[in-house]
Amino acid sequence: MTLLHLEGVTRTVQLIDAPPLTILSSIDLDVDIGDRVSIVGRSGSGKTTLLNLLGLLDNPTSGTMLFEDRPVHSLSSGARDRLRGRAVGFIFQQFNLLQGRTALENVMTPLLYAEGRQFWQRARIATEMLERVGLGDRLGSLPDRLSGGEQQRVAIARSLVRGPRLILADEPTGALDLETGETVMDLIDDVAAESGAALVTITHDPAIAARASRHLRLDHGVLQVISAVPA
Amino acid sequence: MKRVASNLVGSVIEAWQEVRIHKTRVMLSLIGVAVAVCAITTVVGLGAVAQQATLESSERSGGRAASLSLFASTNDGSTPTKMPEIWRTALERYQIDYASRVVNTSQTVQFADGAVPVQTVGVDLPYGTMHRITLEKGVWFTDEDQARLAPAVLVNSIFWDRLGRPDLRTHPTATLVGERTTTAVVTGVYPALSWETEPAMYMLADALIAITPVVTDPNLQFGPPSYELWVPVDVSEQLVTALQRDVQGALGAEASVQVNRQDYAAYMDGDPYLSLKLTVGAIAGLVLLLGALGLVNIALVTLKQRIREIGIRRSFGATAARVFFAVMMESVVATVVAGIVGVIAAVLIVKSPLVEDFISQGQVTDFPPFPVEAAVVGLVCATVVGALAGLIPALVAVRVKVIDAIRY
Repeated sequence: MTLLHLEGVTRTVQLIDAPPLTILSSIDLDVDIGDRVSIVGRSGSGKTTLLNLLGLLDNPTSGTMLFEDRPVHSLSSGARDRLRGRAVGFIFQQFNLLQGRTALENVMTPLLYAEGRQFWQRARIATEMLERVGLGDRLGSLPDRLSGGEQQRVAIARSLVRGPRLILADEPTGALDLETGETVMDLIDDVAAESGAALVTITHDPAIAARASRHLRLDHGVLQVISAVPA
Repeated sequence: MKRVASNLVGSVIEAWQEVRIHKTRVMLSLIGVAVAVCAITTVVGLGAVAQQATLESSERSGGRAASLSLFASTNDGSTPTKMPEIWRTALERYQIDYASRVVNTSQTVQFADGAVPVQTVGVDLPYGTMHRITLEKGVWFTDEDQARLAPAVLVNSIFWDRLGRPDLRTHPTATLVGERTTTAVVTGVYPALSWETEPAMYMLADALIAITPVVTDPNLQFGPPSYELWVPVDVSEQLVTALQRDVQGALGAEASVQVNRQDYAAYMDGDPYLSLKLTVGAIAGLVLLLGALGLVNIALVTLKQRIREIGIRRSFGATAARVFFAVMMESVVATVVAGIVGVIAAVLIVKSPLVEDFISQGQVTDFPPFPVEAAVVGLVCATVVGALAGLIPALVAVRVKVIDAIRY
C-alpha cells in the first residue's frame, strides 16, 4: 500500500526584492508501508525541506501529495496536525528532547495529543516503549543526565510511541560517535521493522544510507534515484 | 467528546508541567500577580471597614436609617405643656418601639480639681440602640435605672479619666451641682470620639428633668426637648407627614412643629457610598493593571525561550488550538494560584488588629467580617488577568512556524 505519493511537487520561497527561490522542483516519490528509503545530499540541497513536506510540517507550493491516498492540501490545519501526530514519527539530529522533563515525560509527550486508550494509559505505554529501547532503568532521568546515545534512544522511543506508519529521521546519528550511531541505527531499523512502519532517513553518512533498500540523492532540489533494491 | 475530554485534561497536564518546570519564571509571575490581587482584595476589604466606620459614625450622630426628629415649641420658644401626652399618643398610635426624648443641657459636675460644666444629654432607654452606642465599661441604661433614687449616668472616657478611672463594681459616684446637689452613680463608660476633649455624659431624660426641671424660659440653659424615632425606611415619609399633621393639629396654630428625617441616608440619593466605592475600585483596577502588565512582559520574554519546545510539540501532533489553549491555561493556572496566595495575604492584613485600629480610628464597634465579595473579586480578577495576560503569548505561540521553531 502506498503511504506517501508525491507527483510533480515543488517548493519555492518568496524572497524580498528577489525572484522566488526554488528549493525543490518536480519531486516524484512513492513511499510504501515497510519501505526503507535513504536520501543523501549536500548541505542546502533541500533535504530538510523535503523531510518537512513528507512530515506534513510544510505544504508544497505546487504538485500533488497524497498521504494514505488523501490529498494533503485538502486537509485543514488541525486535521493535518492530528494526522501528523497519529501517523508520523520524527527523529531529529539534535534529539530535541524537552528539557526539564524526565525520559518518561518526554516519551509521554506525543501521547498527550492522542485520544482514548493511548491518552489515558500514556504512562504505561511510554514505560513499555522505553523498556523496548533499553532504558527501562532510566525512566526518571532528565535529558542532561543521559549520554548522547541514551538521549537519541529516548527520542526514538518518543517518535515511535504512538505507532506511526512513517518514521522520518533527520541525520539521526549526526550528533553521535560512530559506534553509538551504529547501535542507534540498529535500534531504529529493528523497531521500524517490528512495527511495519516506513522509514525515511536523511543523512550525509554513506554507511547509514546503505542500510536502506532504496537510495535517493537530492541535488539542487532535484530528487534522483541512485539505486533501488526490491523489498 | 473523547477528544474534548483528553484535550482538556492534556492541556491542564501540560500547563501544570510548565508551571512545575519553570518554577523561577512562574514565581516571578506569581509575585507580581499575588501582590496585585492582594492589593485589590485588601483595598476592597479595607473599604468595607472604612465604610462601616463611616456608617457607624453617621449613625451615632444622626441615628440609623430612618431616624425622624420631632421638634415642637410655642411661639415664645417654650415647650408646649401638652407635648408629653401628645408624644405618648403618637407612639401608641403608630406602634413605634424605638423612640426617645433628647434633652441637651449642661450640668455642672464636681470633680476633684473643681466644678466643671459637662455636656449632658437626657435620653430614653431606646436611644442607645437607635444611635448604636457601645460602652467600653458597664451597660446601657436598663428599666432598673429608671427606679433609682440616685440617678445613673453613663460617662465618656474623658469624664471617667477625671474621676480617676474607678472600678464600676465599686459603684463610683459623681456630684452634680445645681439648685439641689445630686449624687449620681456612674454605671457605664463609653469611648470618647477622637475629636472630643471635654467630659460628657448621658442621663435618663426623666432623671435629668427631675434634678433640673424643664424650664419654659428660653433664656435658661436648655430649651424644649426634641423627640427622635427610628422607623422603617419604607414608611418614613408617610410618618413624617402623619406626625406633622397630628402634632400640629393637637397643639394648634400657636405652636411650631417640625418633623424631619435626620439620618445620613436621608441626604443621599442612591448608594451613599458609591463615590467611595468608585474611588477604591479605580485604585484597585490600576494596581491590577500594573500587575497584569508585568505578567504579560514576563510571559512574552519567556515565550521566546520556548519557541523550540512549541515546535517540537507541534511536530508530535499538537494543533494550533491546543498550543493556544495550553499557553493560556498555563497563565491562568499560575494566576489562580497567585490569586489564592494574594487573597490569603489580604485576609491576614485586613483582619490584623493594627490595621483594623488604624482604619477604623476608633469609630467601629461592629467590625464587619472579611467581605466575601472582596475574596471573590480578587480571585475573579486573578483569573481574568491570567486569561488576558495569556492571550497575547498564546497568539504569538500559535503564529510560530513549526519548521523555524524546531531549528530555533
